[in-house]
Amino acid sequence: MTTTHTPPHIRLANEISAQFQQRDPAAAAQEIAQHIQSFWDPRMRAKLIADAGAPGSGLDPLAVAAAALLPPAVHG
Amino acid sequence: MSLIKEQDYGTPARPGEATVSVEIDGKTVLVPEGTSVMRAAAEAGIDIPKLCATDSLEPFGSCRLCLVDIDGRKGSPASCTTPCTPGMKVRTQTPKLAELRRGVMELYISDHPLDCLTCPTNGDCELQDMAGVVGLREVRYGFDGENHLDLPTDSSNPYFDYDASKCIACSRCVRACDEVQGTFALTLEGRGFATKIAAGAGGSFMESDCVSCGACVQACPTATLQERTVVELGMPTRSVLTTCAYCGVGCSFKAELRGDEVVRMVPYKDGKANEGHSCVKGRFAFGYASHPDRQLKPMVRERITDPWREVEWGEAVEYVGKRMLEIQAGHGAGAIGGITSSRCTNEEVYAVQKMVRAAFGNNNVDTCARVCHSPTGYGLKQTYGTSAGTQDFKSVEKADVILVIGANPTDAHPVFASRIKRRLRQGAKLIVADPRRIDLVRSPHIEAQHHLRLMPGTNVALINAMAHVVVTEGLVDREFVAERCEDFDEWERFISGPEHSPEAVEEITGVPAADVRAATRLYASAPNATIMYGLGVTEHSQGSTMVMGMANLAMATGNIGREGVGVNPLRGQNNVQGSCDMGSFPHELPGYRHVSDDAVRNVFETLWGRTLQSEPGLRIPNMFDAAIDGSFRALFVQGEDIVQSDPNTKHVTAALSAMDLVVVQDLFLNETSKYAHVFLPGTSFLEKDGTFTNAERRINRVRPVMAPKTGKHEWQIVCEIAQAMGYPMKYDDAAQIMDEIAITTPTFAGVSFAKLDQVGSVQWPCNDNAPEGTPIMHIDGFVRGRGRFVDTVYVPTKERSTRKFPLILTTGRILSQYNVGAQTRRTGNSAWHPEDLLEMHPHDAEVRGVRDGDTVSLTSRVGETSLRVKIDDRMPVGVVYTTFHHPVTGANVVTTEHSDWATNCPEYKVTAVEVALRNPTPATAAPAMAE
Repeated sequence: MTTTHTPPHIRLANEISAQFQQRDPAAAAQEIAQHIQSFWDPRMRAKLIADAGAPGSGLDPLAVAAAALLPPAVHG
Repeated sequence: MSLIKEQDYGTPARPGEATVSVEIDGKTVLVPEGTSVMRAAAEAGIDIPKLCATDSLEPFGSCRLCLVDIDGRKGSPASCTTPCTPGMKVRTQTPKLAELRRGVMELYISDHPLDCLTCPTNGDCELQDMAGVVGLREVRYGFDGENHLDLPTDSSNPYFDYDASKCIACSRCVRACDEVQGTFALTLEGRGFATKIAAGAGGSFMESDCVSCGACVQACPTATLQERTVVELGMPTRSVLTTCAYCGVGCSFKAELRGDEVVRMVPYKDGKANEGHSCVKGRFAFGYASHPDRQLKPMVRERITDPWREVEWGEAVEYVGKRMLEIQAGHGAGAIGGITSSRCTNEEVYAVQKMVRAAFGNNNVDTCARVCHSPTGYGLKQTYGTSAGTQDFKSVEKADVILVIGANPTDAHPVFASRIKRRLRQGAKLIVADPRRIDLVRSPHIEAQHHLRLMPGTNVALINAMAHVVVTEGLVDREFVAERCEDFDEWERFISGPEHSPEAVEEITGVPAADVRAATRLYASAPNATIMYGLGVTEHSQGSTMVMGMANLAMATGNIGREGVGVNPLRGQNNVQGSCDMGSFPHELPGYRHVSDDAVRNVFETLWGRTLQSEPGLRIPNMFDAAIDGSFRALFVQGEDIVQSDPNTKHVTAALSAMDLVVVQDLFLNETSKYAHVFLPGTSFLEKDGTFTNAERRINRVRPVMAPKTGKHEWQIVCEIAQAMGYPMKYDDAAQIMDEIAITTPTFAGVSFAKLDQVGSVQWPCNDNAPEGTPIMHIDGFVRGRGRFVDTVYVPTKERSTRKFPLILTTGRILSQYNVGAQTRRTGNSAWHPEDLLEMHPHDAEVRGVRDGDTVSLTSRVGETSLRVKIDDRMPVGVVYTTFHHPVTGANVVTTEHSDWATNCPEYKVTAVEVALRNPTPATAAPAMAE
């Protein structure tokens, strides 16, 4: 038995991005960013933003583009 | 309150205006066409003697006790089967009628045990009553003739006895099983004097198809069918009206008591959700509330390996408050959170989310709806503007086509299923989309026109194919779309694409294209077509997409905004709707308003005296992930057993083990409490004071039948924890909490306990235009203004069958058990389902050398469990099915981390697994009620 070792925020961002693959990339990134801003806790967003710039993060390009549109996340 | 006895009018009410005038015993009565003389008389305050008639059943005319004289007519017709005609003059009391009735009663009593004083229904027996009413003084035939007095009693059912010696063959039980429940398990066997009631093919009730709904017991006019609790405890002396604590139908019941002991639960005729009907859970399975397993004192322990230590309430509350503050001081305000429960009242849920937001100072509150209907919230809000079903239950009576997708109403929402079945027997057509051949597909007098047996995980491909047929075959309601909707043109271009045609997706869904086309034509061409759906829609990686796909289909065909149509989530637990309404989601305040909305936050900040966070908090799966990475350290769990109910058990227990403080508020020690540091005993529905909101948005009162066995209401404890953390939170009673909900939440405007006591129930939204609620939504316009079409691209789940895990597991419920089984496993219901079984197609079993009853291992890439096999072709080849009612099975040991992309709702319905023979010893299979 194996379990996935993909970090949850990467997996979740990729699952969202998979839904938008047929859309115009710019519009898709905007919608994905809006969705994440509306539903994700700031600590998850902060991790996504941090990983989006890292090579080999495993993030879908749409998720990377969306992360670039997110404002800095502040969490306590 | 004394015992509530609803008036029995003898025959059902007929619809329409009262236009037919008749005169009965000199009184003029105006009734709708088709009304029986018996009912007209009852409405005029004139009771005609009866035995075979009751107003939940169509008239039968067998007992001959209700005879009347009608001017101009020969003989004395039965008033139950005689409809009123204009100008009719009826006499119900004449010397001749009195003699006839006495003669009838003589015959009945000559073959009836004369044990009234020791009979359990003494004082509540219609036969006894009628003997008095007709003035029976002698039985000329004697009691020594041939009789039925030695017939045996069938005690096979765990809740009621069938004493054939007391049966008068009135057929009310048979007709209740047929007309009310729709199971057709009972019959009148034999002819003439040999006539008797038989269950199934003449065996015992337990061996028959009887689903133990209690309709027969309720209909029986004698002690023939009798609750065992009445036999043991005696007749109840008082009633309390309340609401069932099981599924999202939210049936109204009379809790009938002697002193503080519940004798029986009787469905309430005026309850709008159930109209006098019940199921085996609500009717009989209430014994858990007084089960000795209940923990009634708070308990604390420093480490989860320590033994529990019982403490007083004060110590437990102070401990929780102190530890929560310490953890926040060390790890930040966002290091703690709470989970609300759909088994708790609106008021209890509201209190928890308020504690989290105001006292914890964050939005880390989520609810168990996360793992069931959160995609409904997302999908319907995106398309229609609010998170709720569009119809009331009664609306199905106007449906011409019923499309059931991913729901199993006869097992999970049985009382509503009876309404569906009644409508189907009247001629409505049925389409079922489900991998499993659920009972609705084919059962007595019901057969689905189409069973679209799709592969798990392909819902969106199927609904897109249906929508494709609608737009390409000219089935769009263009007028409705033009007037009421937006973004249609873009959606029409999307869905018209050849990749969505039934032929193109046939290989994906496994459903023949011709069937999809035929089913779609049936749905789209009906005057009124309605969609009912369940967790087979939501618990997928595209659960939210599928909800939007169904919303698209209903809009495109104009099936929104009137009776008989709509898109309707069948909510799993009793207060799923309410717990969502009450602001349990980490991104929404009560009334589904986003936490980033300054104006909405200001309403609560002003009232609560605290600044609220404008950022969403953690959802339940996020809480587990954050616990494992160390940023989330304490959790308050209200009334949920997350270890048993949430997916990937190993991940859940790892998260709980990593936390510094886990607080469980529940009736029983459960799988989750094994990882808890504090146990706060909760109250059963019989002790709660509050409201539940059912799947049709109906807010119903939950009235306390007895004082809390724990000494405190759950909301009081929550308030005390908030106070221990330095936040002043106090209510005098639960009614004050509802008052606060009403002034802060526009859709609950004006709702109060007093109003509910006055009108019975209301369906939100309640506002100035609809102070008593809104049964049908989106009549003149959608909540969001125009209904929005959304492109629903099919994206296959990543959970696929492989060579190593070649089967797909899907999970669900069975009639007799409920959720994690904490309640039903502690009742007689386990007689039907003592263990979770793995349903497997004969082909899949044969190639693995598995026989019926064998114990097998069930393995996925995340875990392994074992359970016994039930070989059944209900499942298609390649798909296996089990329930999750028993912790010993732990079905969620094998379910994975995959979830709905939008809401994180787990993908329970698709797990790649392998099954292998573990123990070939065949065991005796238990009778399975749902079969």
